[in-house]
Amino acid sequence: MRLFSVVNREIPIAKRRSLTALFLLFFLFALPVVKSADFFPAGIDTVYASEDAAKPATPAGEGEVKAAQPEEKKKEYPPAPQLKESDYPQVKYINGRIMTWMVAQLHLWFAAFVLAVPIFVFIIEAIGMATKDKRYDKLAYEFIKVSLTAYSITAVFGGLLLFTLVVFYPDFMKYMANIFSPTFLAYALIFFAESACLYIYYYGWHAMETGFSKWAHLTVGWMLNVVGTMLMFFANAWVTFMMSPHGVDANGVFEGNLWAAIHNHLWNPINLHRVIANVAYGGSVVGAYAAYKFLSARTQEDRAHYDWMGYTANFIAIAALLPLPFAGYWLIAEIYAYSQQMGITAMGGVFAWLFITQAVLIGALFLSANYYLWCGMERSKGAVKYTKYIKYIAFVIVTCFLVWFTPHTLILTPGELKALGGPYHKYLGPLGIMPAKNTAVNIMLLFTFLSFMLYQRCNKIPTVSWASRGNAFQIAIFVTAIINIGILGIYYGYFTNTVYKVASSVLQVASTLSVIILCTVINIFMYKGAKEVAPLQWGKMPDRSQYALFLLAVSFTWLMGLMGYIRSALRQHWHVYTVFRDSSPDAYTPTIGYAANVVTVATILFMAFVIFIFWLSTLSGKKETAHH
Amino acid sequence: MKIPRLLLFVIIVAVVYGIFKAPGFFLKQPIPSSLILMYMFFVVITVLLWMTSTEEGMQGLVGPIKALIEDPGKKRLRNIVFVIVPLVAGFITYQQIKPSYEAPVELRSIHPAPPASIKVFNKTFSLQTLENPYRKLEKEDPAKFTQLVKEGGEVYFKNCFYCHGDKLNGRGHYAHGFNPLPLNFTDIGTIAQLQESFLFWRISTGGPGLPKEAAPWISSMPIWGNFLTEDDVWKVILFLYNYTGYVPRSWEK
Repeated sequence: MRLFSVVNREIPIAKRRSLTALFLLFFLFALPVVKSADFFPAGIDTVYASEDAAKPATPAGEGEVKAAQPEEKKKEYPPAPQLKESDYPQVKYINGRIMTWMVAQLHLWFAAFVLAVPIFVFIIEAIGMATKDKRYDKLAYEFIKVSLTAYSITAVFGGLLLFTLVVFYPDFMKYMANIFSPTFLAYALIFFAESACLYIYYYGWHAMETGFSKWAHLTVGWMLNVVGTMLMFFANAWVTFMMSPHGVDANGVFEGNLWAAIHNHLWNPINLHRVIANVAYGGSVVGAYAAYKFLSARTQEDRAHYDWMGYTANFIAIAALLPLPFAGYWLIAEIYAYSQQMGITAMGGVFAWLFITQAVLIGALFLSANYYLWCGMERSKGAVKYTKYIKYIAFVIVTCFLVWFTPHTLILTPGELKALGGPYHKYLGPLGIMPAKNTAVNIMLLFTFLSFMLYQRCNKIPTVSWASRGNAFQIAIFVTAIINIGILGIYYGYFTNTVYKVASSVLQVASTLSVIILCTVINIFMYKGAKEVAPLQWGKMPDRSQYALFLLAVSFTWLMGLMGYIRSALRQHWHVYTVFRDSSPDAYTPTIGYAANVVTVATILFMAFVIFIFWLSTLSGKKETAHH
Repeated sequence: MKIPRLLLFVIIVAVVYGIFKAPGFFLKQPIPSSLILMYMFFVVITVLLWMTSTEEGMQGLVGPIKALIEDPGKKRLRNIVFVIVPLVAGFITYQQIKPSYEAPVELRSIHPAPPASIKVFNKTFSLQTLENPYRKLEKEDPAKFTQLVKEGGEVYFKNCFYCHGDKLNGRGHYAHGFNPLPLNFTDIGTIAQLQESFLFWRISTGGPGLPKEAAPWISSMPIWGNFLTEDDVWKVILFLYNYTGYVPRSWEK
């Protein structure tokens, strides 16, 4: 909410509270399945302990003798087929796996974008209603306009994905349909509902601008988000079933409980991770749009508008980026808990270096987001007193960043290997494991938040009498949190067992979130009625800052592609992990370089589509200008 | 005296590079060149981001370069720089591509992922559910547990210590004949991060039991399943954790 106080300081506290409550209510509705117990490692053993007997699909060896099944069950639901290479149709000149991979990836990127945009459009529209500031309404409308074309492309790639799966993997699709066919039908119906909501929401924007109809319009926006999120949850159930099958026996025979298959071990972690990541991703793509418009703007008014839009989009992306590492950590911890093989394959085995690539890209996200905020200080005449701190923030962020991507197993020349006596470094080795990473990322988040706080303060002078004590208290909160994160990371990370190590990461997150919440609350009261140094000069941003927004969008896209590949490839030569073997000619794990090339080509294709969408919106913009 | 931005940039980058090289010179633990390259890339980027975050900083950094190229009064300096820069670039390129007798860098994972199950001691073990049968005695019967640890120690010193060392640090008598060295169990990144079932797999099936992925492996670990009993393996695992003070990865308190 602090963002909006920058651009409009007249939002009453009560309204802010009600909007926050509205936002929380949405997530309570959309995420009813994320149980609190699932957040903690203790929940893991509960799942295993209680379900061991009833969970026949725990990862089994290939050569393991499969249990005999009751005859009637076999009749009702067939076991997973044991396919041969010849069971996979081949199409001349087309590689089935590459095509499915590319199409699925493009569909996912667009889907993530079109699911995310309505979330923050809904919030911005609500804020516009509460503040009666038309700028919010205009901004929200422009956001949803960008996503509309993307929606059609999402549907096109969704259809194409279905075709490629049916053409190249017919037996797999048949098996999945045997279990999930009710959800397929529900998915189709909900898709229609989503389309209806989106079209009413977009085309009815101007017709439903006042009075009760505006409330009705906002409700349609709410429904759009609910059905969109449900759609994603269905798709998540299919992909997580493939990773952590549940509700089937060791032969893949479905036991008839659809909910068990949906509510498999990884469903909730993926649901949470994707909702948050989508918002961050949507923010970054819209930020790139704003940067594109900013750089091509011909008037000062347009520059100011798109500068504000870029700032808002960047705020959304960063706000969602803050909790994202924790959601990701929870997901990977659950993957490890489900299967030691998948956990080690991901973090220590063949995909370990893709995780280093991921760390590098995430670091690049943080750096670019911070750079954009630092450049943003140029908008204010009061920034001079804070710019001297940038170098310290930069120092801490880059130090944490280096720790964040330091690998455990190093790439060594034979000479270095001999000098070190092994693949592990005596001093850097401890930085290669998760406690160091968690500590680094938490501190990196805190200092990114500090950048944001300084940005917000630079144009204001507090008038309350307790301002200096407030500042001292905020410094104390920061210092305490950093010490706490350090102790949790070092002591519990290295000198106790892994249960405490994983649990301490939750407390580290709690420290970071406490700082963010407490400092935000203090700021709200401390800067109430604050004097402005001078009006913020929207549009007074160097062009180079806009490339940070482009970098944000490209990094996010690439990152999602690479990490999505890891998530999917963890199954290795299984369609459905341990119960349905992939016998196609492509059932091998490609090299990291090959996979990275495929994802990179897909990223370039996606970016080409995105630029096309931006260009289309420019055309409609010209039309609107001509009408005026 | 205020140091010019461009000079400051060069000083910072040079000092940081020196810091990264220091462990190699003073502690005989060089930071690998591949990692220094990555570190330096992001250090340079971050310093540039900080310096260009304000218009004044941007001018301070770019101004001298612009002046060098455009100012007619700097013709001599410009000519010198235009000769030196390509020469330096050429020298670095030559250093990178010149033939070398050194073996190529190994880009491989040293941390293998376990199979879902293994066959050893004439039985099939699911590594997903496999647990050390003696671990529970740590709480239930500490005296018996201590005895088992002691027996595990005997197994270790009769079989493992020749390579892994009397301090479990991978520096046994034969260690220097191997490349890479035997695993250092006292390193926080090794057994402290693993479940006991992982160790059971690695000890019982040795180097030949490593997965096909990322083969060929260069592990010299024997198939201890051919020489030890199942009990011996579990006991030696107890000893490894007990001696190092680490606790195996688990999902229970």
